[in-house]
Amino acid sequence: MVTIQEEVKNFNGLNVHFVPNEKFKTVHIVVKFRAPLSRETITKRALLPYVLQQGPKKYPSRKELQIVLDDLYGAVLSIDGGKKGDSHILSFRLEVANEKFIPNESNIMDKAVSLLNDVIFHPNVDGKSFHDTVFNREKETLKQKIRSIVDDKMKYANMRLIDEMCEGETYQTHVSGYEEDLTSLTSQDLYQYYQDLLKNDQIDIYVLGDVEVNKMEEVISSSFKREGYQNDNKKADTEQSTSKKEVKEVIEEQNIQQAKLHIGYRTNIRFQDSNYAALQVFNGVLGGFPGSKLFINVREKNSLAYYASSRLESHKGLLLVFSGIAPKDYKKARDIMEEQMEAMKNGDITENELMETKDLIVNSLQETLDHPQGIIEMLYQQVIADTQITPNELIENIKKVTLEEVIEVGKSIVEDTVYLLTNEGGA
Amino acid sequence: MDKKEYSLIEETLFHEKLQNGLDVYLLPRPQMSKTYAIFSTNYGSIDRTFVPIGESEEITVPDGIAHFLEHKLFEKKDRDVFADFGKQGASANAYTSFTKTAYLFSATSNIEENVETLLDFVQDPYFSEQSVEKEKGIIGQEIKMYDDQPDWQSFMGTLRSLFKETPVNIDIAGTVESISEITKDDLYTCYNTFYHPENMTFFIAGNFDPDSMMTLIKENQNKKQFSKLEEIQRNYPEEPVEVAEKEITLNMPVSVAKCTVGIKESYKELSGDDFVKKDLLQDMIISYYFSKSGQFYEQLYQENIIDSSFYFETNLDKNYGYSIIGGNSDNPDQFVEKIKELLLSTQSHEIAEEDFERMKRKKIGQLLRSMNSLENIASKFIHYNTVAVDYFELIPFIQKLTVKDANEFLKDWISDDRLGVSKIIAG
Repeated sequence: MVTIQEEVKNFNGLNVHFVPNEKFKTVHIVVKFRAPLSRETITKRALLPYVLQQGPKKYPSRKELQIVLDDLYGAVLSIDGGKKGDSHILSFRLEVANEKFIPNESNIMDKAVSLLNDVIFHPNVDGKSFHDTVFNREKETLKQKIRSIVDDKMKYANMRLIDEMCEGETYQTHVSGYEEDLTSLTSQDLYQYYQDLLKNDQIDIYVLGDVEVNKMEEVISSSFKREGYQNDNKKADTEQSTSKKEVKEVIEEQNIQQAKLHIGYRTNIRFQDSNYAALQVFNGVLGGFPGSKLFINVREKNSLAYYASSRLESHKGLLLVFSGIAPKDYKKARDIMEEQMEAMKNGDITENELMETKDLIVNSLQETLDHPQGIIEMLYQQVIADTQITPNELIENIKKVTLEEVIEVGKSIVEDTVYLLTNEGGA
Repeated sequence: MDKKEYSLIEETLFHEKLQNGLDVYLLPRPQMSKTYAIFSTNYGSIDRTFVPIGESEEITVPDGIAHFLEHKLFEKKDRDVFADFGKQGASANAYTSFTKTAYLFSATSNIEENVETLLDFVQDPYFSEQSVEKEKGIIGQEIKMYDDQPDWQSFMGTLRSLFKETPVNIDIAGTVESISEITKDDLYTCYNTFYHPENMTFFIAGNFDPDSMMTLIKENQNKKQFSKLEEIQRNYPEEPVEVAEKEITLNMPVSVAKCTVGIKESYKELSGDDFVKKDLLQDMIISYYFSKSGQFYEQLYQENIIDSSFYFETNLDKNYGYSIIGGNSDNPDQFVEKIKELLLSTQSHEIAEEDFERMKRKKIGQLLRSMNSLENIASKFIHYNTVAVDYFELIPFIQKLTVKDANEFLKDWISDDRLGVSKIIAG
């Protein structure tokens, strides 16, 4: 088995993870900022990537920034935000061709690191605020983004399920932010928040590729310096959620062709818990793969859907089931989906299903280790969950899961909310 | 078995054309955990009119049949092939495009068994009236899912505006009506014609030994009988230079209008150096103008005509080619007019040497990046191989391109009669 090496070093107020790896023709540098998820800051954190991507002080327009990236053999820069449990993570990602494969090139890495440092730490500011033209324009961009979520029905239905299921909980917070908060936000507010973020967020940097650790350490440490970091170790402890007394049903109507049926369950098991591996196997048997119960019963046996699957929200403790169906089939599809869950909870899992699912999960974890961003995300899960489980241990844990353990985790899974997005006139 | 080494990118490719006509390519990547194999036929949704194998009269089959056939190959008399792969720890999938149908798996163990399964299930069809009827419900839901996706509708609208005869103007999956006509016999007719080894390619990349892999594939193929195949007579209708319709407008419940300007890049058969030169320049030049470092992008951004939804894509295939520039807009007419005006202005442009060198660097970096993924290598290799171009030789080809080539291309790139428009308007 191919193992992933990770060497973590702490300097200049940063945790730097070196992941030397010969599989890839490019080098990835990812800088992650982590803070507690909250309604108060989310709109600012959603807007920051847009503003910072318009260019740092040194290259003060999108065009100038992009020309530098193009010159670096088409290096790719992206900035995105996401939630993991009750944490919010801003990721700055730079992927650049490894100079090893390009004749007569030897300082691509230095230039790349220095550019990333400029983008993150030396933005294009005007005194104590971002430039108004950039700020106002990007505010508009984010507003459009928020408004267009409704056009992607799967994404919209997923967001609405979490809205209804996690009402009043931190996890309900929308990662794209809120239009009403955006309207009153000023450029000074955003700049002030950006300063706070530089001081208070936990920063982890990942460097992955066919590179020498010592050399990269020099490059990173001479470029990235963080001043005034206060490590007050405030962790975003995911709040405990209370289960509802009965299953909540929400039906919403829109002018659409296909209905989306999403069901949310509480597992109360998270990444760092000892029975997490058993939960992964439970999810795999239910709906993780094309041979899973949901796919076989909803799609193959009853021809009700093109897709029917399930996935885990590992850092929150949820299991979500999805399907796209004809509006008239709501009751039938829901019954079949719920029956599959009930059957599993009653122990209807064969040794064969268990074995195959374990193999498939191991296969998919190992495959993740062939993708640069996949490796980084997998390693970062440990930071999020504040635990130490290496990718190899994760794989070993899956292999050890027994049938009894899978049936046991089933007992803690509780159906919470059924959300249906259907056509006008109803099912 | 031929062996070819590409020293610059550190890749070694093995190839053999078997007695039955099958082209087999092996790309060992021992550092990877996984192996990815794809079994692809040179048959897609545009192959709707042809002379069936062993016959002399041309027929036209119902739209969506290539895709329907792809679904049905997974189902055998007594079992579902997804389950076979599942038992062997592999994840399997398939896709149908305008010109190809491909079956694939990725796995980190049992590679030889999985290769046999892939070869065997694709070469052993089982279609029954009953299972054909059942599939109509599943594919019907797949079509409905696309009906609700404005981005897909916008893409198809653009192709309908650009192409009058070439069947890229028809949805790959067909329509609910067209698939209702499909019979078991139609499936066998298409299968027997297009799934002959002569018309297929097997590509495998990852962690395996090339000698024993080639032996395994040969032994597998030697056990099977195929009738002799003369060249397949496909009828691709003649396509005019100019667009089919200047503008196509569709109403959908979108929050913001979506619009595109399409460029009809190619309408007749191309291969070899002509193909690769056009393919590279078409991509490099559209990116020169419309990527974030481009003068057109900057102008559109500053004039507030585009937002973050702005995108462009370009594609060249053997018999057709197109580029699409699109985005969301509150003022679709203005968006379209401005893009058209900018495109037409390129007729009198001249690209500077320095800019062209940067474009080349960017393209080289992009290629290296795309070689991180085995999936991407396999599909790109097959795509280029169809038109007699070696994907692994693209970097030296780019290095040889001159600014003169670019400027010659630019002179004839755009003409008004090859521009088409698609709009998705709320309603």
